[in-house]
Formats: sequence, C-alpha cells, structure tokens
Amino acid sequence: MSDVLRIENLEKRYEDSIVLDDINITVKKGEVVVIVGPSGCGKSTLLRCLNGLEKIQEGSVVLEDQIVNPVSKNQEKVREKIGMVFQTYDLFPHMTILQNVMLAPLKVKKRNKQDVQTEALELLDRVGLLSKKDKYPRQLSGGQKQRVAIVRALIMHPEVLLLDEITAALDPEMVREVLDVVLSLAKEGRTMVIVTHEMQFAKAVADRVIFLDGGKIIEEGSSKEIFEHPKTDRLKTFLKSFTYDEQ
Amino acid sequence: MGFEVLLKGNNFLRLLLGLGVSLRISVISVLISILAGIFLGILMSTDKPVIKLFSKIYLEVVRIMPQMVLLFIVFFGATRILGINISAELSAIIVFSFWGTAEMADLVRGALQSIPITQYESSKALGLNQTQTFVYIIIPQIVRRLIPLSINLITRMIKTTSLVMMIGIVEVLKVGQQIIEANRKVSPNAAFGVFATVFLLYFLACWPISLLSKKLEKKWEI
Repeated sequence: MSDVLRIENLEKRYEDSIVLDDINITVKKGEVVVIVGPSGCGKSTLLRCLNGLEKIQEGSVVLEDQIVNPVSKNQEKVREKIGMVFQTYDLFPHMTILQNVMLAPLKVKKRNKQDVQTEALELLDRVGLLSKKDKYPRQLSGGQKQRVAIVRALIMHPEVLLLDEITAALDPEMVREVLDVVLSLAKEGRTMVIVTHEMQFAKAVADRVIFLDGGKIIEEGSSKEIFEHPKTDRLKTFLKSFTYDEQ
Repeated sequence: MGFEVLLKGNNFLRLLLGLGVSLRISVISVLISILAGIFLGILMSTDKPVIKLFSKIYLEVVRIMPQMVLLFIVFFGATRILGINISAELSAIIVFSFWGTAEMADLVRGALQSIPITQYESSKALGLNQTQTFVYIIIPQIVRRLIPLSINLITRMIKTTSLVMMIGIVEVLKVGQQIIEANRKVSPNAAFGVFATVFLLYFLACWPISLLSKKLEKKWEI
C-alpha cells in the first residue's frame, strides 16, 4: 500500500515549551491510525498540524507529494484534500444542513450544483439524516450535527480524514450513532487519523494505535499490541485509568 | 384637545416638513455611521495597541459627552476657533455621525468577536480561502447579529434629532413649538394636540424599522 501522509521529525513549540517532539508517522492508504493519550499530551495539536491549522517549527507534513506543513500560500489547494471533523461540530449556523454540506464542493471545487446536490442527499441518507436536510443546525441533536459534519467533510472526497475527539462533546447515548458511521467508513477503506478518548472504539477501528504522552510517541503498534500487551509503564498506567477493577 | 390648530392654514404640512428635516439628518447620519462604523469596527477587532487606544478614547468621549454639548461645540465652537462657518444642519450631521460611528463600530467589533474561532477553522479545513470564509461564513452571521442592535441605534438616533432645534434647526419639534406659540391665545390647549401629533409622527417613523427588525430576526434566528 502506498503512503498517503508522511509526518517527519515534526516539532511544535509554543515559545519555550515543546508541545510535540520529533514525531514521525506514516499513514498508508486505507489505514486507520488512532492516536490516544492523556489530556494535554498534544494529540489534538498534532492533528491540527496535519492540515496546517497549527504552524510547526521543525520537520514536515506531506500529503502524497504536496507539502501541508510548513504552511505555504495556496494552502487551500492541499487542505481540500484533508477532511477534518472537530469536537464541537462547527456547522455553519446560518445555513441549512444541505447548504452546509454543499458549500465547499460548490465554492471550492466549483462543481456542478446538480451533481453536488445528488451526492449530498445520498451521503445524508447514508448517515440517516436525509429528512433533516432543510433543518438548521440548531434544530439537530449533537449526534446528528456531528454526522452532518462528517458528511460535510466526506463530500470533498478527502484523501485523509482527520477526526478530532468527535464524540467528546456528545451525550453518551449519542456516541454510538457517530462511531457507527466512522466504523463503516473504516470498513470501506477510508484513510483516517483519529484522536479519541473512547478506548473500546479505538480498539475496534484502529489498524494502528499510537500512544502519545508529553508530546512524544511512547508506543506504537496494532490495537492488539497496544491494548493487550502494552510494553511501557506509561501506557500501562494510562490504560489502567480506564478500568475500574482493583488490582 | 388642541388638535384643531393643526387644521389651520398649512400647519400640519409644516409639521410634516419639519419631520422631513429630522429624517433627513437621521438618514444621512445613519448611513455615514453604518459605513464608517463597519470600517472602524473591523479595525478595532485587530489587536493593534494604537488603534485600541484611539478607539477607546473615542468611544469614551462619545459616551460621556451629552449629544447636546457635542452639538454646541461643533456649531458654536468650531465656527469661532476654526473660523469656518458650518451650517446648523451640517453640524448636526457631523455630531450624529460622530456618535453613530462610535456605537456602530463597537457593535461591529462585538459581533466579530462573538463569532467563535472554530467557525473560521472549520471553514479553512474545508478548503475555503480567506475571502470565501468572510463572504459565505462570517459576514452573514455578523449581519444577523447586528440587525437588532443597529436598529436600536438607528431609532435612538432618529429620536435624538429632537435636540437639533437647540442649534436653530427647524425640525418637527421646533415647528410644533412654533405652532403652539402662535396659537397661544386662541387655542390654549394646542400644546397637547401638537405634541401628541409630534409623538405620533416619531412613532410612525420608528415603528416600521422596528417591525422590519423583528421580521428579520425571526427569519434569521440562529
């Protein structure tokens, strides 16, 4: 399988403090990479570096042959190939669901309106939200909004989809409906980089898991290796914090 | 009740013409305030210390000074100090625009800052460039937030034009007073009828704007 996204020697600093230190990750086509780690370990920042929302001080992020970071002019050209879904959904409140989904393909890719609409309706149908197409974001539940946000990213046909803690702001009963969508995307071979706190989900969806702590990659491996046979103490401690049995 | 004086001669027409003067001053000042206010408001939301200081002083001056004092300074003061002869109506427009621009700029700044940064980011992440982000995402949301607030400002400006009679402009309230004075002997109750009519005229001028605002608010409910 060919490499889609290459992160090499990435370093991110805020003034003197190092947030991300010498990160090297290669994401292959169709691979689902899940990044886990304690709060403040830099995993969300890392994800934001991958589409140039954060500037980096050292190293590079390359999508196929295009440099994403260090950020250059004409960044939009690369960005449209990297879909991103945020924790807080961030739908555009003044547009209907359908308008939210159709905006970028129409304005950025300048595609034909009829085609875009057909595709938008198909995608909304797929996530079970076709009936909501003329509603406004405020009329939807969190889980529904997040599914729209996924569709809004998908319709741009991204090479990579970045998911930044997309269930963290949801009520527990809505987490499932969103994760089911992501699982089905993984099954059809989408390339994704996912940051999540849902360990069960990470286990189920990941081809590869990366454990990040203190801005460094501490451990990396298949989900079986990471969750069942953790090598480092830090990962063991981290995983233990998710279980309640006394040991 | 004193309404009968309005039917004498062309009294009612004069009152309407007076209202025309008030509205002319308001409309010109409102237009200037909106345009200059948007421009200044955008400047104010950048983090340049010089602009921040300047706009803070400007806003405070406008807030602290009664509009009437501003009118006197510009109309009587400027003529003396600068040796230029500014007409009363131009003075009024200057003062009202000076006031309106400050308030409008503050509203624009507030609206701009109320748009969460994640709106910019999710727009960027979709591949929209800066201009597209402003045109399709940010400006439509700002306009929706600004409508009720700026309508409030506009109606306040229309109402406050009643002050300009203090610098000799014959607007609706002044015409009303003239009519009352002229008829003091024959209809002593004129004050009630005339002022009630003036009240009604102001109401008719402001009410449609309020209605429009309510309608837009409902349509654009975020």
